[in-house]
Amino acid sequence: MNGSRSADLINSLAYDKIISMSELTNKTALQLNSIFLNKEASAQQITEAFLQRIEQYDKTINAFISVNGELALKRAQELDQKLAAGESLGKLAGVPIGIKDLINLEGSETTAGSRMLNGYTSSFNATITQKVIDAGAIPLGKLNLDEFAMGSSNETSAYGNCKNPWDPNKVPGGSSGGSAAAIAAKMVPLAFGTDTGGSIRQPAAYCGITGLKPTYGRVSRYGIVAFASSLDQAGPMTQDVESNALLLEAMSGHDAKDSTSLENPVPNYLAAIEQGFKKTQSLKGLKIGIAQDFFVPELNSEVKAAVENAITKYKELGAEIIDISLNKIKYGLPTYYIIAPSEASSNLSRYDGVRYGLRDMDATSLSDLYPNSRANFGTEVKKRIMLGVYALSSGYYDAYYKKAQQARALIAEDFNIAFQQCDLILSPTAPATAFEIGSKTDDPLEMYLEDIMTVTVNLAGLPGISINCGYDSNNMPIGMQLIAPALEEARIYNAAYAFQSTTDFNKSPDMKSSKAIGV
Amino acid sequence: MATETKQEYNITIGLEVHAQLKTKSKLFCSCSTEFGKEPNANTCPVCMGYPGVLPVLNKQAVAYAITAGLALGCKIDLNSRFDRKQYFYPDLPKGYQISQFDNPICNHGKLSIGNKEVRILRIHMEEDAGKLVHAGAERLHGSDHSLVDLNRASTPLIEIVSEPDINSAEEAVTYVKELRKVLLYTEVCDGNMQEGSLRCDVNISLNKTGQPLGTRAEIKNVNSFRSISRAIEYEYKRQSQILDEGGKIVQETRLFEEGTGKTHSMRSKEEAHDYRYFPEPDLLPVTIEQKQVDDARQGLPELPQQKKTRYIEEFQVNEDTATTITDDLETAHFFEKVLSKGAKANKAANWIIGPIAAYLNENKKSLNETKLSAELLAEMLVLIEKGTISDNIAKNDIINELLENGSPVAKLIEDKGLAQITDTGAIEAIVQEVIDTNPKQVEQFKSGNDKIKGFFVGQVMKKTQGKAPPSLVNQLLGKLLK
Repeated sequence: MNGSRSADLINSLAYDKIISMSELTNKTALQLNSIFLNKEASAQQITEAFLQRIEQYDKTINAFISVNGELALKRAQELDQKLAAGESLGKLAGVPIGIKDLINLEGSETTAGSRMLNGYTSSFNATITQKVIDAGAIPLGKLNLDEFAMGSSNETSAYGNCKNPWDPNKVPGGSSGGSAAAIAAKMVPLAFGTDTGGSIRQPAAYCGITGLKPTYGRVSRYGIVAFASSLDQAGPMTQDVESNALLLEAMSGHDAKDSTSLENPVPNYLAAIEQGFKKTQSLKGLKIGIAQDFFVPELNSEVKAAVENAITKYKELGAEIIDISLNKIKYGLPTYYIIAPSEASSNLSRYDGVRYGLRDMDATSLSDLYPNSRANFGTEVKKRIMLGVYALSSGYYDAYYKKAQQARALIAEDFNIAFQQCDLILSPTAPATAFEIGSKTDDPLEMYLEDIMTVTVNLAGLPGISINCGYDSNNMPIGMQLIAPALEEARIYNAAYAFQSTTDFNKSPDMKSSKAIGV
Repeated sequence: MATETKQEYNITIGLEVHAQLKTKSKLFCSCSTEFGKEPNANTCPVCMGYPGVLPVLNKQAVAYAITAGLALGCKIDLNSRFDRKQYFYPDLPKGYQISQFDNPICNHGKLSIGNKEVRILRIHMEEDAGKLVHAGAERLHGSDHSLVDLNRASTPLIEIVSEPDINSAEEAVTYVKELRKVLLYTEVCDGNMQEGSLRCDVNISLNKTGQPLGTRAEIKNVNSFRSISRAIEYEYKRQSQILDEGGKIVQETRLFEEGTGKTHSMRSKEEAHDYRYFPEPDLLPVTIEQKQVDDARQGLPELPQQKKTRYIEEFQVNEDTATTITDDLETAHFFEKVLSKGAKANKAANWIIGPIAAYLNENKKSLNETKLSAELLAEMLVLIEKGTISDNIAKNDIINELLENGSPVAKLIEDKGLAQITDTGAIEAIVQEVIDTNPKQVEQFKSGNDKIKGFFVGQVMKKTQGKAPPSLVNQLLGKLLK
């Protein structure tokens, strides 16, 4: 770890070496790693602290589909032994992590939030799971999500709605709602999310945390249940930008098991922050593009105001604000809702009840087995499978799928042109703040609008982050999005860190307040 | 149907041949492709289609596809692509087969079958499905449950699609035989039809001369040369009968049943699957460097038809002999090695397609399952050539020993005393003895019965156990009988 940071930490803790459990759960991932390496708390103590917090709050929040405390404690003890033996340890050593239940963790269930996979136990680790375990992270359990990551509110999960820790009557966003809620409620300091059309960034915005969708191909998809293969990308979800950078570095890199993963070397993202804003305390020279195309009529006025304040803040930090045009992004939603369901309809074919997952045991013929078993998909998943099957059908392919691919190329080109004028693009993450559970379930089109700011970033394969930039009149967090050219995650992190470290918008909900959880 | 109303139709056939590539591992994972393992032994999360797995393309399979394409005169597309072909079946773990649809790796080839050239439309790569084992019955009908074996799932195939240039069952069989030879010569496929390494779908239509092509039926599950021929003959009868009676052929997929030799309808055009092809997003486009194609072209072996032509021109063997030897690459290699050890071409060829082939047929063996090496055969042939042993002795007393035990030729001749007697004096004495002990026959000969000479030859051969050179015996008899 960085010397000065460790020194700071030791200074702050020197007068009291006994760290309470609640203090541990208040620490960032980066801090926890130092605490562990400096032997101020054991990995076991850290793990127990988070497990206890899950025990305390998750009955209400429902962020976890499964918790594997035994396995986590066993891993923690191994890490403690390694540390005692003086063995070298990875960059995430001693830090617990939550894994979106779309991502395989060997020996644990992977449900994908669906009844279809109820009881399915993973026989192997996803590449990213293996990488963070190798880096010393301790998986605590599997996080709630919309079924097969299809949804923007976590309401399509077959394992109950995850709730927003800022207000349990509201959705945490989706599909990585469990991940965002678990981070916000400090039940885990690191979490994996996946993002196909905004599934990391929108819940990050709704729960007031930091979530980044990396460049397509930056992170291996091997071992992650596929939704839409050409759009899916796993990414880090944390409270603060630095922990996010730390986790991305651990997750990233070429994987021989994923042909679409990129071979470019993985930068040290934390070093980029150290050498960047931390050193200069200025964003001079950074050009931030603002496209009015993102400021749609549906945009909530409080969100708009908060994002405008953020733009002002960036000006103060030395950035140059430039107006850009992204007039093709209006095709984003229709394009996305052709491509994503098309690929999904194909990716979900394997859930047929033949080899694993739920199977209609009463079926007496093959022609009964398929429909009866697949009837266990939820409504939203069925809807998207039907959309996809339709779009790929003979006679419709050219009009839908092929056209959507053409539109996708235009959208990507639109971003390319914009990035000739600016280094980053700033936008709201979502049109509004978290909504009441159940308030949009009857209106799929309104629900799909949730993705309007984020889908184009997936279609263009670009990296994008959501960080908090304010609170609405109900004290619900407001997210803003920073988008960069491909593989410029370091640029995003530096700018996001600059904002986060000079504002007071990265707070956590008071879990004991009247509005939150009745404990 | 009365035979006199029977009309003659032209038959038009196109073939789709699936050949399993000889890679050690599967097309998209590292599982072994070995045949005959216990069910599901050669599987992993990738070829079982577990949640979250991704395919990774086997580069050797691409190299084999390129080689096959070049050997069949195809143009290699430097930028081809995989697609998903989607349908549900329990032997298809992902619910889609990764195949190449509108952008295959090879296009526009040709294969000569005797006097005719069959155009090849395309060759594409794809993964195989697994197989179902129907329990309690021979086939699906009557079985009470089915078991899934995914050992074969995701093994690499090429599908070679011909143009409809074939016009008889005989031509179809020749085409597949020639195709199989090319695949064996280029060592991209083991050609084993029993194990399913080479499988065939047959498209057949009938029409009358001067009329447009008829509606075709696609016959699936035609997996031996005999089946190809039977299926086509059956289809000709079936379709011509419908046409004779004024009926229409429906476009459909039919299944050939080996037991009955009949085809029956699997699904009609209306019931045909909509495979909903779309580009496989988990794989990058297949990009090939021109250099790889050039190198593969350089590395192509001599192909069957080239070899045959060379045998005729270089070794002056006749066409039938050249065809028989080049039909099997192992035999051709053996033949060439025998020649390199000093044997004469025609002799070697006659031995290989004569006594040796007879032995192999009788014992149902291939050459490499015998103990006969090219060196041994060459040694024997050289000894015949030199007159040390006779052809008959070699046929009767030596060749089986070589095939079965690989015995050293020289030692065998010595131990069994098989060498011809070259001492003229000794043979002359025997001839004289035979003349002396058979005065009655000598009388007959002298009274003009020339045929009786054979009797004396036989007696001499009997006394010498066949080791006297026949020409010498004849010469001596001529002299001594006077």
